[in-house]
Amino acid sequence: MTAVTLDDRLGRSWQKPHLIANPALRWGLFIGALVYVVLAVGSIDINWSRVAEGLSRGWAFVTAFFNPDFVSRGGDIFDGIVESVIITITSTVVGIAISVPIGLGAARNIAPLPVYLVCRGIVALSRALNEIIVAILLVAIFGFGPLAGFLTLSFATIGFMSKLLAEDIEEMSKVQAEAIRATGSSWLQWINYGVQPQVMPRLIGLSMYRLDINFRESAVLGLVGAGGIGATLNTAFDRYEFDTAAAILLIIIVTVMALEYLSGIIRAKVQ
Amino acid sequence: MPVSTHVNGAKIWQLRNRNQTLSRWAGYLAAVAIFMWCWQRISEATTWFFVWDAPRIAADIGSRAWPPRWSYMDKLWGPLWDTLNMATLSTVLALFMAVPVAFLAARNTTPSALFVRPVALFIIVATRSINSLIWALLLVAIIGPGVFAGLMAIAFRSIGFCAKLLYEAIEEIDEKQVEAITATGASRWQVVAYGIVPQIMPAFAGISVFRWDINIRESTVLGLVGAGGIGLQLQSSLNTLAWPQVTLILIVILLAVIVGEWVSAKVRGAIM
Repeated sequence: MTAVTLDDRLGRSWQKPHLIANPALRWGLFIGALVYVVLAVGSIDINWSRVAEGLSRGWAFVTAFFNPDFVSRGGDIFDGIVESVIITITSTVVGIAISVPIGLGAARNIAPLPVYLVCRGIVALSRALNEIIVAILLVAIFGFGPLAGFLTLSFATIGFMSKLLAEDIEEMSKVQAEAIRATGSSWLQWINYGVQPQVMPRLIGLSMYRLDINFRESAVLGLVGAGGIGATLNTAFDRYEFDTAAAILLIIIVTVMALEYLSGIIRAKVQ
Repeated sequence: MPVSTHVNGAKIWQLRNRNQTLSRWAGYLAAVAIFMWCWQRISEATTWFFVWDAPRIAADIGSRAWPPRWSYMDKLWGPLWDTLNMATLSTVLALFMAVPVAFLAARNTTPSALFVRPVALFIIVATRSINSLIWALLLVAIIGPGVFAGLMAIAFRSIGFCAKLLYEAIEEIDEKQVEAITATGASRWQVVAYGIVPQIMPAFAGISVFRWDINIRESTVLGLVGAGGIGLQLQSSLNTLAWPQVTLILIVILLAVIVGEWVSAKVRGAIM
């Protein structure tokens, strides 16, 4: 008499199904990914002796984080931060002011086709170009200083805000807009009372978010000469003054955290 | 909605009453004052002569930059490959580091909401608020210039982004499935593997492709601070004022970004 186990009675025991059902595709993807990783890692030459040499400097930086030096370059840090904040505020205000009409134009349910295409083109151009590259070009054209940084971030804000605003307008409830239309309102009144109240909470939330992004970006624009704290930070790194660099980074982190907290409160209030 | 009365007795509808209107105007006044002060500071720091001269300079640069020097392309394939690798490998690396952080930060999976969660949240905020160029600057100073520094820089920068989106996905999971797995007598790890992971898998795939797309953008400029990739070529072309090469590099970067965004949109469309 053969032993009958529980598994025989129940059939095969349960196995977790594979993520990709087709075995050929599964193994193909797996092997392809493996080959790519091997090739990619192989093409990176890491100078391990240089890395080992640098680790002591890395450790110096980590310890610098625990006693940052706010004082010895205090004046430079203060000026840099103030300039960063100024660039952030102006570029956010101007960027949003310009992105509202472009956002209206890029919403298919409001704008006629030619306007829509032009506005979408502006949005695509602004989103495709990296901030740093725009900053390099604008510094070459307008000279060093915060004006180039201001223009760069305004341009970047336009792409970001217009796209999200247009998507929000396209998703709005038609009923409310139609009701305003039916009262015989002009186009401006229609936008003001039919569309704007529906998108306002999101617009405020996004503005706060963009303010946050612009501050973070303004911290690096200085690397290419477009004003702000980045130039001070770059100098600090170049001179291996890690305690000053740590102080600047801590200021950036604390400011970003404060902004995020503030935007959380404001968004909770308007929504 | 307040209603005011006209002199002849007719009622006029108003959106806001007098106090609301006044406080609004005060707010606008303060905002305009702050803006004008900021603008004045920028204006003081600007050499306006250069700005008025800008159209001529722009036209001059434009005329030098066109046509792009196509023959330079065969020197760009190597840096382009490095750029792609930097974006891909750093995304993989970042995901490896972001997953544990996300599980520690999510309210429903963290081992200790009092001690571990704040640390995880601090890691998320700190890595997110430092731009990848600053990470690159730091890592170039520490481990020397090259692709490796750029790779690590983008990986560190991506941790916060991926972990934040991932922990939000973990907090939104359906608790019933977790409870059902727990009821079978599964261990803690089995609950994670069979109750939580399948639920966040689509979000995870979406996040990784989305971040890969962003990382392609970022890796194109890291060379400016010496961290390898196509940005290095851009920097040397800019330094030697070789504008036709700059144009070609910008076109290549634009194409890379567009292709990356297209791939990412297709993959996310297939998943969601």
